[in-house]
Amino acid sequence: MDWFFIISSGVKIAVITFGIILPLVALSSLAERKVSAFIQDRIGPNRVGIPMTLLGGKKDIAFFGLVQPLADGLKFILKEDFTPKHVRKFYFWLAPALVLVPALLTVGVIPFGSTLKLLGHHVPLVIADLNIGPLFVFAISSLGVYGIVLAGWASNSKYPFLGGVRSSSQMISYEIALGLSVIPVLMIFQELNLGAIVRFQDKNGWLLLPLWGDGLSLQRWLLLVPLAISFVVFTVSIFAETNRMPFDLPECETELVAGYHTEYSSMKFALFFLGEYAAMIVGSGLIVTLFLGGWSIPFGDKIGLGFEAAQNTWWVGLLHLGCFLTKVVAFIFFFMWVRWTLPRFRFDQLMRLGWVFFFEIALFNVFLTALILMLVK
Amino acid sequence: MSYVVERPKLTLAERMYFPSILKGLSITFGHLFRFVTGKGKVTMSYPEEKWDDSLPEHYRGAPTLVTDEHGRERCVACQLCEFICPPRAITILPEPIPAGEAFAKVEKRPKAFEIDMIRCIYCGMCEEVCPEQAIFLRKDYAITGTSRAEMVHDKTRLYQLGGVREGLVNKWNPLK
Repeated sequence: MDWFFIISSGVKIAVITFGIILPLVALSSLAERKVSAFIQDRIGPNRVGIPMTLLGGKKDIAFFGLVQPLADGLKFILKEDFTPKHVRKFYFWLAPALVLVPALLTVGVIPFGSTLKLLGHHVPLVIADLNIGPLFVFAISSLGVYGIVLAGWASNSKYPFLGGVRSSSQMISYEIALGLSVIPVLMIFQELNLGAIVRFQDKNGWLLLPLWGDGLSLQRWLLLVPLAISFVVFTVSIFAETNRMPFDLPECETELVAGYHTEYSSMKFALFFLGEYAAMIVGSGLIVTLFLGGWSIPFGDKIGLGFEAAQNTWWVGLLHLGCFLTKVVAFIFFFMWVRWTLPRFRFDQLMRLGWVFFFEIALFNVFLTALILMLVK
Repeated sequence: MSYVVERPKLTLAERMYFPSILKGLSITFGHLFRFVTGKGKVTMSYPEEKWDDSLPEHYRGAPTLVTDEHGRERCVACQLCEFICPPRAITILPEPIPAGEAFAKVEKRPKAFEIDMIRCIYCGMCEEVCPEQAIFLRKDYAITGTSRAEMVHDKTRLYQLGGVREGLVNKWNPLK
């Protein structure tokens, strides 16, 4: 273990958390409002900019409302942090952290880029290059449900409690579909290291876009059928896991006031908010990594922008980082697009979808993939 | 007698749910696309763009008092508007016009005429009931103030907003 590794890891943790994830969370909270506005033919927040009038200027610079997240954050900090009398204090304070921490922890195994050539060293753009990537993400991210359940229980009131109960049953139901739907993918890669999975896709075509390398084989094209099923089941399950709109029953404004965070205010509420968005970003990152080639550029291996090129030139590494972030942002947009399109499911519909359809489909999918892998070489 | 409402038979595509989702997604994306390309704009950025120019003739804004072409205040303090006002926003204190003044023939005028704009609901009944056509709803809609006292329009303010009306105005004009 050399010093360069330790220092570079520390820098990576700081940069990825504070330079990528948290700004992305802030911007996606703005983007959420903007996208919802555009979909509903509104303008959305467009006022908050640089307050020149506060500094003695004539007119504020609006900047399309890009500074809105800053104002929101400031509002959260300045609000009264109210703890109701009837709550169980210890767990009430613990819960918001338990939502945010797992969401941020899972960032550790997501490869944000291939490798950066720095001072003669190759720095892989992943915080922890674990050999159990997806399993780590599932294990840690399902800890997030503790935060929600504890918030619901510790609030000691009716609606948060219902929200917490719903959340736990929803998480348990969709965890199964999530785990099963990813098995065909892992069978194809025969690999659990997310970095290696992306390198494979970089060489042989993305799972859902096998257009170069070994991807141009009959087997890969036949595998598109189970992979498409996998992709749909996985994506929908990620929606359910992150409590996003068609499945946001733990929050469910119309029935449960605000669900599990009804009793929370100020920064504690903001932590739930951050946790939800961070989980959304990690979920998008995971889908992009597994199905859409992670940081790899389409045909990158053929036109000299693949993994080997990143070994020698530093800017290719940055290009890969940019490519990954573009894909993730596009997928976050998809999350928002779906949120402002679909109405919320009823709870029994949600359970039915999870247990009666997705569980069986995912299970069947595993066998279908195995069959194709066995019969078609 | 009871009606039996048949549940609609869903086709396979509808039961699959995904085609409907795609349809919904395409609709919302269409709205988003039209908005971003600048074709679907329906919202007006209020303080910068105002709709003053496109207000209809019959718009009911703040109620005001008017004087006629001779400078006579049209109000004769009959208090009909005060009585009909649903939220009781109008308060009138009448006084006799002393003999010898220019319009002594009118006999009565308001000493004080106050409309509480916090109470006013802009219904226009005062305008409808006024036998002298002295009170009109104007197109001012942004009535603001920093205190309750400021929101009570007194006589001077009402005449200032109302201005002069010339000639006989047809009260039952459908536009006004």
